Parts: sequence; C-alpha cells; structure tokens
Amino acid sequence: MAGRKQFSTFLVEKLLFGVEVEKVQEVIRYQEMTCVPLAPPVVKGLINLRGQIVTAVDLRCRLGLRERAATRLPMNVVIRHEDAAVSLLVDEIGDVLEVEEESFELPPGTFSGEVRELIRGVYKLKRSLLIALNMERVLGVTEAAVRA
Amino acid sequence: MGDIDDIIRDFLLESNENLDQLDRDLITLEKDPTARDILASIFRTIHTIKGTTGFLGFKRLESVAHVGENLLSSLRDGRLTLNAEITSALLAMVDAVRQMLVKIEATGKEGDGDYTSLIETLTRLQGDHKVADPKSAALATPPAVMPPPTIEEIRKDLEIPESVQPLGEILVQTGAATRERVDEALSLQKHGDKRRLGEILVATGAALPAAVQDALQVQTESRTPALSESSIRVDVGLLDRLMNLVGELVLARNQILQFSTVQQDSGFLNTTQRLNLITNELQEGVMKTRMQPIGNVWSKFPRVVRDLATACGKQVRIEMEGKETDLDKTIIESIKDPLTHLVRNAVDHGIETPQKRRAAGKSPEGHLLLRAYHEGGQVNIEISDDGAGINLDRVKHQALERGLIPPDQAARLNERELVNLIFLPGFSTADKVTNVSGRGVGMDVVKTNIEKIGGTVDVQNRPGQGTTLKIKIPLTLAIIPALIVTSHGDRFAIPQVNLLELVRVEGEQARSGIENIHGAVVYRLRGKLLPLINLRRELQAEKHDELSSQEGPVNIVVLQADDRHFGLIVDEINDTEEIVVKPLGKQLKGISTFAGATIMGDGQVALILDVLGLAQRANVVSELRDRLAGDLAAKVESQRSDGDSLLLLRGPDDGRMAMPLSMVARLEEFALSSVEHADGRQVVQYRGQILPLIDLSSALTERRLQNRVSGSTAESVENAKIQVVVHSEQGRSVGLVVDRILDIAHEAIKIQRHTVRPGTLGSMVVQGRVTEMLDVKGIIQTADPDFFRETAAA
Repeated sequence: MAGRKQFSTFLVEKLLFGVEVEKVQEVIRYQEMTCVPLAPPVVKGLINLRGQIVTAVDLRCRLGLRERAATRLPMNVVIRHEDAAVSLLVDEIGDVLEVEEESFELPPGTFSGEVRELIRGVYKLKRSLLIALNMERVLGVTEAAVRA
Repeated sequence: MGDIDDIIRDFLLESNENLDQLDRDLITLEKDPTARDILASIFRTIHTIKGTTGFLGFKRLESVAHVGENLLSSLRDGRLTLNAEITSALLAMVDAVRQMLVKIEATGKEGDGDYTSLIETLTRLQGDHKVADPKSAALATPPAVMPPPTIEEIRKDLEIPESVQPLGEILVQTGAATRERVDEALSLQKHGDKRRLGEILVATGAALPAAVQDALQVQTESRTPALSESSIRVDVGLLDRLMNLVGELVLARNQILQFSTVQQDSGFLNTTQRLNLITNELQEGVMKTRMQPIGNVWSKFPRVVRDLATACGKQVRIEMEGKETDLDKTIIESIKDPLTHLVRNAVDHGIETPQKRRAAGKSPEGHLLLRAYHEGGQVNIEISDDGAGINLDRVKHQALERGLIPPDQAARLNERELVNLIFLPGFSTADKVTNVSGRGVGMDVVKTNIEKIGGTVDVQNRPGQGTTLKIKIPLTLAIIPALIVTSHGDRFAIPQVNLLELVRVEGEQARSGIENIHGAVVYRLRGKLLPLINLRRELQAEKHDELSSQEGPVNIVVLQADDRHFGLIVDEINDTEEIVVKPLGKQLKGISTFAGATIMGDGQVALILDVLGLAQRANVVSELRDRLAGDLAAKVESQRSDGDSLLLLRGPDDGRMAMPLSMVARLEEFALSSVEHADGRQVVQYRGQILPLIDLSSALTERRLQNRVSGSTAESVENAKIQVVVHSEQGRSVGLVVDRILDIAHEAIKIQRHTVRPGTLGSMVVQGRVTEMLDVKGIIQTADPDFFRETAAA
C-alpha cells in the first residue's frame, strides 16, 4: 500500500521512537556487554551477537537524556548500518507500527539543537507521537566524536 | 548475453594469469634464448589470446596479438634470435594487451588506445631482422643457421607438450596412416602450410577423416592436464565467509571445551574430543584455502627489475628462493607494495652501475636475491643485493640536511641507529627525484605498512658488499596467538608478536625495582631501564597512579613496539590462546589503542590491544623518536628559534599545567621527611642553602601541604617523595612543589583564554590538550611577597 511505512518502535524515557523496519536486523533482550575504555560515552560496550561483535550505542546518552537507572536493563535494537550491525540500547521495545506518510511532520522547532539533528521528523499517531530517528546521524556523528 | 559475459569473464581471468606468466617467460627467455619450450609456451599463450579475442570481436586487441604472434613465430622458427630490443617490444605488446584487458574488464570494450607504433615496431622487428638498428644489432647474435628440422623439433614447434602424443604418432600407431605420409605432411606444415596436420592428411588422402577424428579424440583425452581437472576457481568472498564461519565454529568449540571440564558424561567428553579434532582440521584446511605462495607477488619482480635496470643502465640478475612459501591472501595483498618498493630500492640505490662494480672488483652484473621461508610460525622474507650497501656517512649527511636529527646527536649515533635513520619519515638519499626514486612510498611507509600487519623490518648493512632487508610477518591475520591479561576486571588480548617476556615482581623487589623518575615509572630489567605503563591508568580505569600503593606482586608484560621495549603492568596474566580477530565497529575506529575484538571461550567479548597504539598513547614510542632525534635538551635547544619550551605538570585537580622552561632552574625530588619548618614556612636544605617551598596545590586551591601528607595514608612519611621545580632569580631560589612532572613540550606561547583563577595566566593548547599556563611570578609573589622585593634590593 502506497504512502504507508512500517516502523519498529521503542521507548526511551517514555518517548516513542521509531526506525524503519527494514533497517532493523533484530530485537533482543539485554546482553552482557564488554565496556570499551577510551570510547566515546555513547558507546556502552560490545556485544557478542552469535559470534559477531556489535557495538552498543546508548540512545539515552546519544539523545542527551539522563542515564538509565542501574536497576533497569536496556534492550537491544540491532540496526544494520553500512554493512555492519550496531545495537541501540533502549528502555523498552514497542510494536511494529504502520504509519501514514501524510501524518509526517518535520521536527517541531521546540526540539533543541543537536537532538533536532538526530530526528528525521514526527509521525502523528492517534494517541501519541512517533519520533522517527535519522539513523545516519545517530550512528554517524559518533564516528566524528571518536576522531575529535 | 549472460553467456557472452561469462565467456569474457573467463577469458579475462585466464588471460591475466597467462600474461603474468608471459612476463616471467620472456625474462627467462631473454637470459636463455634457446629455451624452446618456453618459447613454445609464450607462443601458445599469445595464440590463445589472439584466437579468443578474434572470436569475441576485439579487433584491436586481436591485431596487436597477431603481430606479436608473427614475431614470436619467427623466433620460434629460428629466423630470429631474441635480443633485448625484441624482448622490450614483446613486453610492450604484453603491456598493451594487458591494458586492453583492463579496459574490457571495466567497460566491456577494448578502448581506443593507439597501438600503431607498437604494431609497426613489432612488424619491423619481424621483417628486417638483418638490418635491425645498430644498437640492437650489436647485442643480437646473428641468426644461427638452423640445421634442417628433425621430427622432434617439428613436434615441439607444433606446440604440443612432450607428454602429449602427436597426432601423427597416434595415426601411425593405429595404422590409420603411414609414417612416410605423416612426415610428408609435417614437412608441408613446416614450409608454411597453415593447415592442421589432420587436415593435410585428410586432404592428401593419407588418412580417413574418421580415423583422424578418432586420433584427435585420443589426443585430447591425453592432453587434458590433470591440474584443470583437480582445481576449480572459487570466489574469494566465499572463502572469506567460510573463514568467518570456521572462526565461529572455533569459538563454539572453545565454549564447549570449557563446558566439558565440568561434565562427567564420558559420551559427551568423547564427542567433544572429536569435535575438537575435526574443528582443528577444518580450521587448518580453510586456512590453507586462503594461503597463496609468495611467488604470486614475486612473479612481477623480474619484469620490474628488468625495466628498472634498463632505465638506470644497470645489469641486475634476480634470483628467488622459496617461491612456494605460503602466506595468507590478505597478507600477500598488503606486502605487495612494500616489497615492490624494496626491490626497486635495491636496484635503484643498492646495485651500482657496471662501471662502478667493475672498479670495485665485482661482476658487472648485480645480484638481487629474494628469499622466503617459514620460521617459528612466521614468514621471513629477505631481499638482499650485492650492491654498495648503505653509505652511513651519506645517510647521516642527508638526515642532517633535512633536519631530521640535530647535529650534536648525529655524532653520537651508532651504526645501527644510523641505518635505522632511513626509516624516518621524510628521509631520502636520492640526490634528485627521478621517475624511480623520490616518489611513491618511502621507507617509513614500508615500515609502517609491514608493522601494520604485525611484521618487522630489519636492515643488515654490509658497506661495499650489499644490503639485506629482512622482513618478518605473521602467517595469517585472521587467527592469531595472543596472551590474555586482566586489568580492572576486564580481559584484554595482546598479540603474541609484540610479546617479549613476562616479568613478575614480588614484595620488596617490587618496591625497590620499580622506580618513579619525575612521574615516569621505570623498572630495572637486567640492568636496563624499562619504561612501565599501567594498563589500568592508560585505559582510564582509574585516575590516579596507585602503583606505589599497590599491594602484592606486580605483573609486567614486556612488549615491543616500533623497536622500543616497554613494560605493561596488568592485574593478572591468564593464558595464551588462539583468538579470532574481529574488527571493531565504525564508532570505535578512531581508538588506536585497540586493534580489534575477539570472543572468548565463555562467549564474552574481549578487546585486542594494539601495542603500537598503546605505546604511542603512553608516549613510549615518541620517546624513542626523541632519543633518536637527540635528548630532550638537545631537542629543546634546536627548536628554540621558533617557539618556547614548556614544562608540563599535572595540576592539583588533575588538569594539565605548563610553565616556561626558561623559568625552571632544576627539577628535584625530596623526601617528604626532609621538609622542615622555618619562619612559618616549609623549607628544605638544598645545596647548602635553605630552599623555601611553595606548594602549588595550596597556592592554587588553598590546600596545604599538610593535607597532602595526612591524605597519603598508605605511604609512610619516610618513603614519600615530593617533586619540586626550582626557580631561581638573582641567586635566590624557591621550590614549587608539584604533583607530577609530565613532559617538556615545545609550543609558541599563545594564551587563548584569560582566566580569573589566581595563579594562572590563562589556558592554551599544548600537544593537542588544553593546558593552563602557570603565573609563576604571581604565585611566588602571593606566597612570599618578599621574594622579588629582596632580589630587587640585592
């Protein structure tokens, strides 16, 4: 059906975020991580995903939100990004939602500077808003951050 | 259409291999123009290319191959003898063909290059071989008068390898034709009849078409080489995937092995054992598929050497030993360029001109030897020439001229250090930039590239007799032996190639053997000072150096990076293990401390330390550069002209601070117990004088020296030391007590941000990090208002 898109959704700090479903490789529960010293703070560690080493990027940290409570274990949304897998650490996994292209709006001006960069836009759902992430930016800028 | 593409692809693959073979064959043939079997093989290759290109419709390519074939057939018939000019022309033809093949591969078309002059040259060489140009005529031996061809020769001429029975023979044997008629037909062929033997025989009625068909069938069956039956082409991507999967299997096997240690079930244990064995064999097998003989890289060298030697007017004979030595494909790829560079270097710089060689009493022909062999799980590659060797005086001179080392240091360098100067970036002994030297990669890049794959380069210089470059590289990069260590609860893998030895220092020995010189920790290893790095500290697992307060034994892993040895202090040394190297994600690519990651037997991820990166991070390697470029003071001196030298300190709040070195009289270390109180201030006795002390941390943050003393609980007061920077002015001195002296840097003082914090002038960027500039005078003034007044009065 034209004009409709599927999003894999998840919650971070009670906000509903979404990534195009075709970009998501899989969703898995909390995995033990090996932390990487000297890494930029958004990189929380490395996960062994069936023999593949996957970098875990904490979405809370990336979006400048406060740290997750130590008692709460994050979930992994594994994204295919430039031929490699990267895991986004999120609070909770949501459903796969189908949204109307017409309900899309560019990020409202109230989003602050950097976060605005990471968001492609917002889909208006009946009860809430789905924030569509710009994956290139979310995962890309960290590379620059490493080099800096 | 797809079929045609397949045909073209196969043709390209095959032709490229054949062309490489051609290069080699032509060079061999030039040495020994009478090697008929090689000539025949060359002829066959070109003939095949010509035939296929004609079929595929690449006219231009066909025409080039055609004249080449003609010239080759003249050679084969003995009407011409191979000389340097003909070899060059034939090599040029091979290049042209290769060029067109590349175009075909890229665009599907043969391109529109102009090869008319090449075709002309080839035709001319074939035509008037008697009046070839005087230069080559002098070189060429006059065409030998050939005796009438024997059947043996004709057989060879007909491009049939020895192992294959000629068609005529088969026919004679099966009684389908008489020997006389076959000989007749053969001599017809010899005299220019272009038809195949079978055709002639049928045409002259010597044999029945059906009999010829049968004979051909027999011949084809015997001709099919065993090799093509037993080998197939496999996509490298597929091999890589297999390799990855085997890596996974190895990991799963490791996990099961760990699991099996707590199991009692004998059936399970047996199965595990078998799984272990099979996995090992599988791993070895798959590794082998990725192995390639080093000869694949070397095969290009005879051509490179020949071209270069001709260009330089030198005579060089290249010899290769151990061509069959196997190496992982990825390694082969990455040593290609460094090796080529070294070979070119040897010809260009190493081997002298024939005149010079004669004068030195050597044979005019230089000798270049490439040798490869396995040794201790590594591959050694040696490139030796019997040239002039490295002229150390010249090296020194060049290094000085280019400002790579300060003059006073140059005099102190020993032979070995001088030789190693050639690896410095920016070094070149080429007096002028030629098309051979002064472009492409330098020796520093060669070294870096080889070190990148975990290899080492070593130079053995024999002045007047030649140079040998010895390269050691690992067999493979995918699975490496590594030492697993623990630091701060995390495991890290250290590639075994970097590992020299393990040292465990216990008890009293640890306290006395590990010394702290101005914040730099060293250990006396067999009388030599070994700089120590604490892995915890480097990885920022903790902010403070707790080495001195560390209880129990100290584990030191002695490592080598860039020729420099250093010790890495780790919490625990676990075991050596074969690990599968996995790349890190893009998000972590910028961290040079890690070379990758691996999955341990328990399924957890462990990081692989990049020893060179770690050493650079801890400034161990740059220290080497400093030492090579002169000691610290010499460096400071030589650079004074364009900036200021700064003493870098660790400030009380762990920030970096700096003060101009010109304000530093001396750096001293005092026992805390020697601090006395006089006149309400802290002083020490220093060179028969009383040196008042100002604690930087108290001057900056109102913390007192006393607090520091009471703060350090683990240390007894007697053992504690304080670092003091002595500042002198007009005969009066004052000591600044600092936390730790970090380094001496060289930077123009440009304060970028003016602060209001007392005791500092502002901050600036030194060595890429924000550093606060100390207001030394202000601090002294505040602590001792009389200091300057008195000096002014004095």
